Amino acid sequence: MVNKISVKDLSVLYDGEKALADISIDIRDREILGIIGPSRSGKTTFLQVLNRMIDRIPHAKVRGNILLDNMDIYSDIKLLALRRKVGMVYALPLPLPMSIFDNVAYGPRLHGTKNSRALSEIVEKCLKASYLWEEVKDRLDTPAFNLSGGQQQRLCISRTLAVEPEVIIYDEPCSGLDPISTAKVEDAMRELKQRYTQILVTNNTKQAARVSDRTAFFLMGELVEVDETGKMFTAPADTRTNDYITGKFG
Amino acid sequence: MGNPRTMQKVIFFLLGAATVAVIVPVALIFMLILVHGLQAITPEFIFSAPRAGMTSGGIFPAIVGTLYLVLGTAVFSLPLGILAAIYLTEYAQENWLTRLIDIAIINLAGVPSIVYGLFGVGLFVMLLNFGTSILSGSLTLSIMTLPVIITASKEALNSVPKSFREVSYSLGASRWQTVRNVVLPNAIPGIMTGTILGLSRAAGETAPILFTVAAFYLPFLPRSVYDQVMALPYHIYVLSTQVPNVPVKIQYGTVLVLILIVFIMNISAALIRAKFRKRKMW
Amino acid sequence: MIKKAFEAFIEKAIFLSGITTIVVVVLIFIFLIKESFSFFAANNIFAIISGRDWYPISYPPKFGFLPLLMGSFLVTLGAIAIAVPVGLAAAIYISEVAPGWFKEILKTGIELLAAIPSIVLGFIGIVVLAPFIKNLFDLPSGLTALSGSIMLAFMAMPTIVSIIEDAITSVPKSYKEGSLALGATHLQTIRRVILPAASSGIMAAVMLGIGRVIGETMAVLMITGNAAILPSSILQPVRTLTATIAAEMGEVIQGSMHYYALFGIGFVLFVITFFINLAADMFLHRKRR
Repeated sequence: MVNKISVKDLSVLYDGEKALADISIDIRDREILGIIGPSRSGKTTFLQVLNRMIDRIPHAKVRGNILLDNMDIYSDIKLLALRRKVGMVYALPLPLPMSIFDNVAYGPRLHGTKNSRALSEIVEKCLKASYLWEEVKDRLDTPAFNLSGGQQQRLCISRTLAVEPEVIIYDEPCSGLDPISTAKVEDAMRELKQRYTQILVTNNTKQAARVSDRTAFFLMGELVEVDETGKMFTAPADTRTNDYITGKFG
Repeated sequence: MGNPRTMQKVIFFLLGAATVAVIVPVALIFMLILVHGLQAITPEFIFSAPRAGMTSGGIFPAIVGTLYLVLGTAVFSLPLGILAAIYLTEYAQENWLTRLIDIAIINLAGVPSIVYGLFGVGLFVMLLNFGTSILSGSLTLSIMTLPVIITASKEALNSVPKSFREVSYSLGASRWQTVRNVVLPNAIPGIMTGTILGLSRAAGETAPILFTVAAFYLPFLPRSVYDQVMALPYHIYVLSTQVPNVPVKIQYGTVLVLILIVFIMNISAALIRAKFRKRKMW
Repeated sequence: MIKKAFEAFIEKAIFLSGITTIVVVVLIFIFLIKESFSFFAANNIFAIISGRDWYPISYPPKFGFLPLLMGSFLVTLGAIAIAVPVGLAAAIYISEVAPGWFKEILKTGIELLAAIPSIVLGFIGIVVLAPFIKNLFDLPSGLTALSGSIMLAFMAMPTIVSIIEDAITSVPKSYKEGSLALGATHLQTIRRVILPAASSGIMAAVMLGIGRVIGETMAVLMITGNAAILPSSILQPVRTLTATIAAEMGEVIQGSMHYYALFGIGFVLFVITFFINLAADMFLHRKRR
């Protein structure tokens, strides 16, 4: 089994306060790793380290080693290339103020693709992969903001796919969506498993149980445990995990 | 005093009266200018030069001079101001230096226009030896307009939601790519509105051009940036205080032309703002 | 690649522009200090500020700032005395009382006033206001401090009204609703709840109004009569700091003491407006907390 991402002794401090403490975890190629835990446990911070969006936060200090395909994401990979390899889907649907087509084509255009035939192919392929194509294929030139929340979120997934990442990280992607849209997003994730490694941060433990292969439990900046999802939800090793999953705190 | 409701009615009436006392003169002033000035507006007035010691003829050189000065101001202050605003909002770290710049800009905006004129004379006319010229006048007006342009542009740039930038960066865009593709297109209308308003103020200013470019009377149009020009605001000053026996309608006519230019610019800015609000895609 | 090179170039240009702005501000400051230093160094500062005679072209020249300071002060005081109560009343009316359609008309009117160049208002002042004052008070001339104050109050109005209006509308609605729910009338609510809550905004508006008035040049040059003497009443002609520079700059020889004296006046103006802006900024920041 190949490790897509290897994290060793990762700590993050904001102005001296620890947001993440000595996290070590391996993420396997093409798995879906679910990350659960109460608010302010450092789950989002963890994601922000993986694509180095944390660099944009002025007072954050990052320590530790993070390897993507055995390359250090700080010293061995260029920043812009890393962000193409590790794509992010946010909690709120965040379409760019452009047409549906331009949203998806934004990434490829950034990286040099100009040919309109090539762009159309990419847009179609990515919209199909997130199960959005049928709903929007006749109105690709209309503003993305006219779509419903669930559609916008799937658009954001398409947009991320268009830059051809290898890893996709999701930060509570379904928190604003209705159950039907949520189901569509989860279907897309299962479909994408064949080609991408995915990490899903979610406040909804049941979602993690539905979708992820393994699940990690973060609590107040610490990685409490990580295991096969089935085992995690039936017989977790740590009592804190059990307490969280059974709802004793949250 | 009687019951509170009556008192309220009285006071509110007085408040309204005070407000009307401010607005009515504005309307009266416009009517006055229109009524007296319209008579003077003829093709001859617009397109010919003053004659007979400015007691007849037209104001063409002053109109041209004002347009040149606005152009000159735009050339110097727009690129500098807009790029500086981009620097301050997209590139600079938030620290003591940027806070200092902000304070500096706010204070510059409050400096009396005659002080700019003084600075312009000392630096451009004398020290750099540009003499009284379109160059000196434009540079002086540009420095005066710079804070307005920077402030308006910063506001326009900051009104673009942070999330757009976040998304762009997470897709692997560089800083300039993000600014160029996501931030600027959505800030341009606001920037345009602000800059047009800034330039319309420059068009109407007298004090900064008094000793840096304005000519009392020039029989010919300027041939280079080192020439003086006549300008509408200064011409109004001359006609109303320096030359005796100027017919009233010529004075009002000149005022009307200046007001028209300033208001055309203001209305364009307002139209751009309204049109953009409709077309906004978020 | 060309694209990368262009991007690097643009980023350099952006950075340089930011630096240039700072440079410009510093330059103005240094220049003013340098040129006025020649004046202040050669004369006793105390004597200048309190000197009652401004006779720059007499021999020996006298450079007392007092008449000019008094002129600016008198005109400003008069203008603020008119503009603040009226502006406050107008701002309250526009934001709290005026019905929707009327409010829009009023706001447009204020914006129109703000857009009028000061030279035009100076012109109207000479042609309409001065004769009126002259007839009203039976004076030899209508070019007086009072005329200047009235016109300046008019010019400061948009600044004062819009800032107070902003301050009033940013008072949380819950304050107003709470007061009304307790049975207070609208007027009582305005007096006891809204205005106190908006007080720092009101102070900022007053400060900025003062700044606007002190800095005005052309209108005062044209309307206040240009007599650089100590005024004994508001119905006399005066000369302000700004008008002095405008009136005399054309006649000085570069490098003469008179030339430097005008820069000295410029420096004083710069310092005054600097502190006024500082005060206004403080009030605005206090409000935001």
